[in-house]
Amino acid sequence: MTQTPTPGTLLRLATAGSVDDGKSTLVGRLLHDAHAILSDQLAAVTRSSAERGFGAAPAGSDAGDDPDAGPALDLALLTDGLRDEREQGITIDVAYRYFATDRRSFVLADCPGHVQYTRNTVTGASTADAVVLLVDVRHGVVEQTRRHLAVATLLRVEHVIVAVNKIDAVDYREEAFRAAERDILQVARELRGPGRNGSPDGPEPIVVPVSALHGDNVVTTSARTPWYTPQAQGASAYSGQALLPILEQLPDADALARRAEPLRLPVQSVIRAHDGYRGYAGQIAAGTLRAGDRVRIQPGNQLTEVTALERTRLQAQHAADTSTAATSTAGTSGPEPEVAAAGESLTIRLAGDHDVARGSVLTDPQRPAVELDEVTLQVAWLHQRPAVAGSRVLFKHGTATIKALVTEVSDRLDLTTLRSGPADQLQLNDIGTVTLRLASVLPVDDYAVSKRTGAGLLIDPADGNTLAAAMIQLPDPQDADATAPDSDEDWLNS
Amino acid sequence: MTSALSTEAPTAPPAPAGTAVLARLEAEAIHIIREVVAEFDRPAMLFSGGKDSVVMLHLAIKAFAPGPVPFPVVHIDTGHNFPEVLEFRDRTVERHGLRLVIGSVQQLIDAGALQERADGTRNPLQTVPLLNTIAEHRFDALFGGARRDEDRARAKERILSLRDEFGQWDPRNQRPELWNLYNGRHRPGQHVRAFPISNWTELDIWRYIALEDIALPSLYYAHEREVFHRDSMVRAVGPHSLPAEDEPVERLWVRYRTVGDMSCTGAVRSLATTNDLVLNEVASATVTERGATRADDRLSEAAMEDRKKDGYF
Repeated sequence: MTQTPTPGTLLRLATAGSVDDGKSTLVGRLLHDAHAILSDQLAAVTRSSAERGFGAAPAGSDAGDDPDAGPALDLALLTDGLRDEREQGITIDVAYRYFATDRRSFVLADCPGHVQYTRNTVTGASTADAVVLLVDVRHGVVEQTRRHLAVATLLRVEHVIVAVNKIDAVDYREEAFRAAERDILQVARELRGPGRNGSPDGPEPIVVPVSALHGDNVVTTSARTPWYTPQAQGASAYSGQALLPILEQLPDADALARRAEPLRLPVQSVIRAHDGYRGYAGQIAAGTLRAGDRVRIQPGNQLTEVTALERTRLQAQHAADTSTAATSTAGTSGPEPEVAAAGESLTIRLAGDHDVARGSVLTDPQRPAVELDEVTLQVAWLHQRPAVAGSRVLFKHGTATIKALVTEVSDRLDLTTLRSGPADQLQLNDIGTVTLRLASVLPVDDYAVSKRTGAGLLIDPADGNTLAAAMIQLPDPQDADATAPDSDEDWLNS
Repeated sequence: MTSALSTEAPTAPPAPAGTAVLARLEAEAIHIIREVVAEFDRPAMLFSGGKDSVVMLHLAIKAFAPGPVPFPVVHIDTGHNFPEVLEFRDRTVERHGLRLVIGSVQQLIDAGALQERADGTRNPLQTVPLLNTIAEHRFDALFGGARRDEDRARAKERILSLRDEFGQWDPRNQRPELWNLYNGRHRPGQHVRAFPISNWTELDIWRYIALEDIALPSLYYAHEREVFHRDSMVRAVGPHSLPAEDEPVERLWVRYRTVGDMSCTGAVRSLATTNDLVLNEVASATVTERGATRADDRLSEAAMEDRKKDGYF
């Protein structure tokens, strides 16, 4: 009898690329070589592949360069789930795939490449711990590469990996890979900009040469790319490794960072039960919480005390496991299984009688959220209806949804020059900056500091469609200090 | 089902390694269930007695403990269900004091509103009573236990999935779904399907069942039963599943990986009588659960997609 695998952590991945760069084939290859494809799925793909001319003599232009035999399977058929996708050979919407190795479980959001489906790439990237972008080594960086790198940078995805695909089509030549790698790193650097504190925002991409078609450097390191080594000049820490081992090793940085942030617990609902029981249900967005903690109820400045945490058995067990692991590495005080941390769904009880309802946020009194009725947002615009000043929208943030007015559209990112320029409109797929006037104050954070409480949606109040993914940008405290003497605020108050 | 939330220190044996994955999935599912209940006026939860819906209901009980589950459960009864499963359904509803709403395929067939299919399969017939039930009770959100790893069309579905006035799913025009911010805005007549366990795999479900000691219908565990072979599947002999003359009957040790209609669900040969044994079996399976046991998904490569577009689960 086989031993049940005991997975470590869960890593959420998103893949993106432009049309025909072999992304679905890469995903199919990952699933196939990681043994995540079961025999009936394989049989269905083998049947369809044969109908589409695979498995015959060297089939298709990709296979023409193959030194061995023509590939027997169209691996893209494993992921292209909709009838239209299979018939047109394209990916239309995000497909979620699940696989596990001995070291980790993966949720993979396979995003379509075509520009009209950029909103799906944003969807996939918003929940991803890592994105894998595909670049065709023969074409290098194209507009979709810039767009996808821009989305990953904007959404601050923790890890960006660029798979330079079809390395077989250039006879596994190092120069071709290095040229693509140089351009990718250059674009990534420009997108990340100088950063707020002198260091660029987010990590540098990890660039890997692969052939999805033949499996080179996907699951195991290929003998056909001997120049791809850990010793390569200017190499990243992962250089020389195949894609899957890299994915297995990526640190779960986001989870640890969220734990260290100040407490944010958006209240989802009030639970009432027997004997006047009142509990406040929610998922901790950032920080940690234990019984006895003082918390601030925002919006507002009322303080209260947490009298009890009511947790599921599994959440408490996991917290105990995690704190034991953290203790053994950090060597600090003993395990604290009573501490609930970011990511946990729980119910808490509070001392006294307070006005706490859905939309309230419980925060760390020492480091509370900023309460604003006007916010500046970086947005990825996801709808045909353009962003213009004067638009009435709904702003969904945490567990609050409030009315808002777009007061300004200030700039738009030009994907060719990678520079932001003035704009008074944002169209579908544009990335830019808008200002919102809110109907009431919201407790918010900067997205760069706290993803969960710095993110929001713009919604069309008429038909309910999601218009944009929004990332809150608070004024840089350093900038604010520097310009304080002649700021508008002072002038208004003088 | 065990008690949900507890303020006492955990007394159960320590969870095996790998609590990280299940803890993340559990927290996500509870968050989704609470969001939908907070943002919709008339939610309901589909409950068939199948393992996925049992896990989903277990999560709902945890989400609102110590308060009651704030919505009814809905079962679309094909009239060809396994008696063990119906009995389990009624026991569960009773134990947790839930309100059960039943939509009946048989009633619609008797009234002439639905036609029996030539192949006798009733799973595809559930769409009409499902949409009727939604309209009759004016449900605006319906929780379903679908998982994205089940099928290629399901792999494309959002966690909150908007359905039009005819219950139809338009896979080409789904709303972007960002972070954990679920946009449930809809117009009158539209409704939303919510899938809190979208990101769970079959293995995650079994790990959770074992860890939480969740009771399931007995069919999920190995038992000896009279069966025959059809379409390379093992089928139970029963009132709605009778062998043809050239289909000899034998007694075998089997269990079910999925529980649907008697007329379209096959069993697998198995000696797995406990959660741990099932877990081992699922971990080493070489065929998907639907491929192994569902005739309705073998109709075509896009069988599930076609049913979903029409308003199926």
